[in-house]
Amino acid sequence: MIADGVEDEEKWLSAGIAGLQQNAFYMHRALDSNNLKDALKYSAQMLSELRTSRLSPHKYYELYMRAFDELRKLELFFKEETSRGCSIVELYELVQHAGNILPRLYLLCTVGSVYIKSKEAPAKDVLKDLVEMCRGIQHPLRGLFLRSYLSQVSRDKLPDIGSEYEGDADTVMDAVEFVLQNFTEMNKLWVRMQHQGPNREKEKREKERSELRDLVGKNLHVLSQIEGVDLEMYKKIVLPRVLEQVVNCKDELAQYYLMDCIIQVFPDEYHLQTLETLLNACPQLQPSVDVKTVLARLMERLSNYAASGAEVKAFAKLNNAIGKVIEAQDNMPIAGVVTLYASLLTFTLQVHPDRLDYIDQILGACVKKLSGKEKLDDRQATKQIVALLSAPLEKYKDIDTALKLSNYPRVMEYLNARTNKEMANVIIQNIMKNKTCISTAEKVDALFELIKGLIRDLDEDLHDELDEEDFKEEQNSVARLIQMLHSDDPEEMSKIIHTVRKHILTGGRQRLPFTVPPLIFSSLKLVRRLEGQDESVSGNDASTTPKKIFQIVTQIIESLSSIPVPELALGLYLQCAEAANDCDLEPVAYEFFTQAYILYEEEITDSKSQVTCIHLIIGTLQRMHVFGVENRDALTHKATGYSAKLLKKPDQCRAVYACSHLFWLDEHDRIRDGERVLLCLKRALRIANAVQQMANATRGSGGSVVLFIEILNKYLYFYEKGVSQITVESIQDLIELIRSEMNGENAPSDPAADAFLASTLRYIQFQKEKRWCSGGEI
Amino acid sequence: MNFIIGAFKPACHISITFSDAKSRKQVPLKKENGQTIMVPLFQSQENITGKISVEPISGKKVEHNGIKVELLGQIEMYFDKGNFYDFTSLVRELDVPGEIYERKTFPFEFSTVEMPYETYNGVNVRLRYVLKVTISRGYAGSITEYQDFVVRNYSPPPSINNSIKMEVGIEDCLHIEFEYNKSKYHLKDVILGKIYFLLVRIKIKNMDLEIRRRESTGSGPNTHVETETLAKFELMDGAPVRGESIPIRLFLSPYELTPTYRNINNKFSVKYYLNLVLVDEEDRRYFKQQEITMYRLGETS
Repeated sequence: MIADGVEDEEKWLSAGIAGLQQNAFYMHRALDSNNLKDALKYSAQMLSELRTSRLSPHKYYELYMRAFDELRKLELFFKEETSRGCSIVELYELVQHAGNILPRLYLLCTVGSVYIKSKEAPAKDVLKDLVEMCRGIQHPLRGLFLRSYLSQVSRDKLPDIGSEYEGDADTVMDAVEFVLQNFTEMNKLWVRMQHQGPNREKEKREKERSELRDLVGKNLHVLSQIEGVDLEMYKKIVLPRVLEQVVNCKDELAQYYLMDCIIQVFPDEYHLQTLETLLNACPQLQPSVDVKTVLARLMERLSNYAASGAEVKAFAKLNNAIGKVIEAQDNMPIAGVVTLYASLLTFTLQVHPDRLDYIDQILGACVKKLSGKEKLDDRQATKQIVALLSAPLEKYKDIDTALKLSNYPRVMEYLNARTNKEMANVIIQNIMKNKTCISTAEKVDALFELIKGLIRDLDEDLHDELDEEDFKEEQNSVARLIQMLHSDDPEEMSKIIHTVRKHILTGGRQRLPFTVPPLIFSSLKLVRRLEGQDESVSGNDASTTPKKIFQIVTQIIESLSSIPVPELALGLYLQCAEAANDCDLEPVAYEFFTQAYILYEEEITDSKSQVTCIHLIIGTLQRMHVFGVENRDALTHKATGYSAKLLKKPDQCRAVYACSHLFWLDEHDRIRDGERVLLCLKRALRIANAVQQMANATRGSGGSVVLFIEILNKYLYFYEKGVSQITVESIQDLIELIRSEMNGENAPSDPAADAFLASTLRYIQFQKEKRWCSGGEI
Repeated sequence: MNFIIGAFKPACHISITFSDAKSRKQVPLKKENGQTIMVPLFQSQENITGKISVEPISGKKVEHNGIKVELLGQIEMYFDKGNFYDFTSLVRELDVPGEIYERKTFPFEFSTVEMPYETYNGVNVRLRYVLKVTISRGYAGSITEYQDFVVRNYSPPPSINNSIKMEVGIEDCLHIEFEYNKSKYHLKDVILGKIYFLLVRIKIKNMDLEIRRRESTGSGPNTHVETETLAKFELMDGAPVRGESIPIRLFLSPYELTPTYRNINNKFSVKYYLNLVLVDEEDRRYFKQQEITMYRLGETS
């Protein structure tokens, strides 16, 4: 049915165009033969096509434009007629003989244009007559186009200042009066359009109306172009009259569009000088009008104006106006309220960046509006609050400033848990982006209070629906944030650590695995800093000593025990042990190792985790130099013991040969025990053999020789380190062994092992050649 | 042969000329046969003078019982066609009975002739002025010749000319107030005014102003009324809302109007009305008719 409508419309349009063209043809003939009577007759018939009610605005416009072009020719003809001696006054009467009003008025406007040009009558009289006569068209669409035509033909003939039509009788006031009247009438017609036709087509009609808005707005543009409209006149006449029409028309679409139009077409300076008048109109608009966008655009303009160097003192007025608008629009959704404040905030940040008090005032107003209500659950509103709270962060690029705003956390109070989190994320992102360093415990406390949505569960139910990925993401950003908390003063830093600890411990088992590690590392960083300092400088009275920090660190790691995440805790203990090692605190380091071992023995039961942990232990232990022989022996003994007890033989084998490193440290003369290195390697070989036999027994084929090759590499390593127990022969034997294993009957083909061996052998060859080249003995 | 031809051809040629024919204004007059001819224009109290020449067909004499010229003011009702009622009849004897052998010219004069009524061509009635020359003959029948002329009478602007202002309406439906600037208009006048909408509850499509002529003929039970719409002038397109005021400006010059004639010789009247017509979207018509008086304003040239 709609498709039919469109088709019909096309048909009507082309019929209209055809009729118009036909009459235009006869009109041209009459023009060519200077036949005034026929010219009037055919032009009136041509214009009759515009009387149609069947076309949508879009199509009607097409028809109108064609008529417009033809009327230009007619206007030229009228002008020639008057130069041929035809009286313009008579012509002005003659066109009014037409029986149909629409053609009559188009012709009247056309002659009127010539009349003004002839200057035989004051321009204002002709303009006034035209704008009055046009009242005869009460049909909205036809009236709008007719008046638009009037506006078009009169634009260059207004008695503006400096215009040739300005005279004793004609002042710019007349020009303004004319345009204002035409504007008022057009707006009335435009507003009325919505009531025409059946209710079910309302939506379509509103769309069509929207298409016509520029015809109305054009008048405001014309007003803004009149030279004579200076600030004084704008203030006293133009703005009050336009606003009167805007307010009185009581139409949502028109009010929104026209307010925006006023803001866009007139100069910034005028807005600034008439701000109160303009703002006073806002609370008087229909409740459904999107005032917040209107105001936002006004503020945007003013702030751009301020950016260009002008002095804009508008905060109080704007703030006041916004308060009134909110008051007037009783049922304005909270989203709207917040949006309004958000745009005021944007404006303030731009224009008065130094006025933190203004900003706090805005936030305070928000709090007032939000108070007494439940937590926000409106998506739109929370989105706007996030925008509102984000604006100062973006502007100052510094959370410090936001922390100074007393109302900032109060606004956040009204966010629901989800939004609170979102906002917390925004804050963290901001800190990250700007690499803001938060350097006092007090600020850290405030900050964590702000982002508590991420730090602990605010809402029990929420947790269930939370996506695992999102949660990880959030907690990772908290972890990153912890890294940004830093003070150069160890005392303060220590306080920061205490503060953070206090907050993160409230986070529960889900969060601790994310938040504990960064805090530990942050603490260890402090330890290393203290370690660099001279003990005597920090003095005895210094409350911050590595020992004290290690105490907190221990407590923090212990908090993980309830979760439990033994692997993580083990890793952290080892990290701490290493830090203690660097501080030469042997008992502390030993204690950390002990804790790690206890965890290994008691908590880590999964064989895979065991493998990982044992390698971690071996690696860390290998680097420790703080231990005396006894402690070290105890720890290495345990480590090798653990290694040999791993479940899978290949894992055993690898852990055991890794243990060999515990007995040979390059940089430590004390720890160079070749015997035990060899013992470890031999033990590894035995296990490798056992692996091989097990493979034979269970699968009937030889196992991989990779383990042997790995052990060979260890041999080579220690040989190069100069471990005397590792001899060339033993290496050769091992190579032989590998070769025979590989060539054995049951040996499976294993290209990776082949390649591994080949490259190992190539390495041996290379080392040999190098030695020879450098002139050493083989 | 000659005799027979002579019996069907007029024995002489009669021509009537006005003495100021060259300077007198000529106006078009529609004849019964539909042709329009130009005839001189007079007004009441004027002297009507001229010459009548009688020219026998060559070589013939015209024997007559006397020649006279009559000035007739006649009213003809169309239901009684051909029957003229003479409200004015003036006679001038031009010649005593005798014979005319050659062209002979007779001057005539009707001075300060009372011609109170205007020439009028209506739907059912016609009022005309004519000069009638009669050459009376015995057995051969009289020879007559006519010359039409038009009479128009001018009035000064009326001393009292009130506007027409009225509020009309249909309860709870439509209330308007209209105003025409005068109640008496001359023929080239402009009607100015406005229509003010006090209440609009119907969907109006458009509004026209009509000029209607009401011609009534006869009297008493035989009165016959004929109404014609002479002008249909669109004032408004579309539906106004309460508070709108629509201007009226109607130039009367394009229309063929006459002054208002009231009870012309007890035979007929011609009256004019302004009819304001509103048409709604269902094509229902709402109208209000007001009489206006038309008069012919003296040309001041």
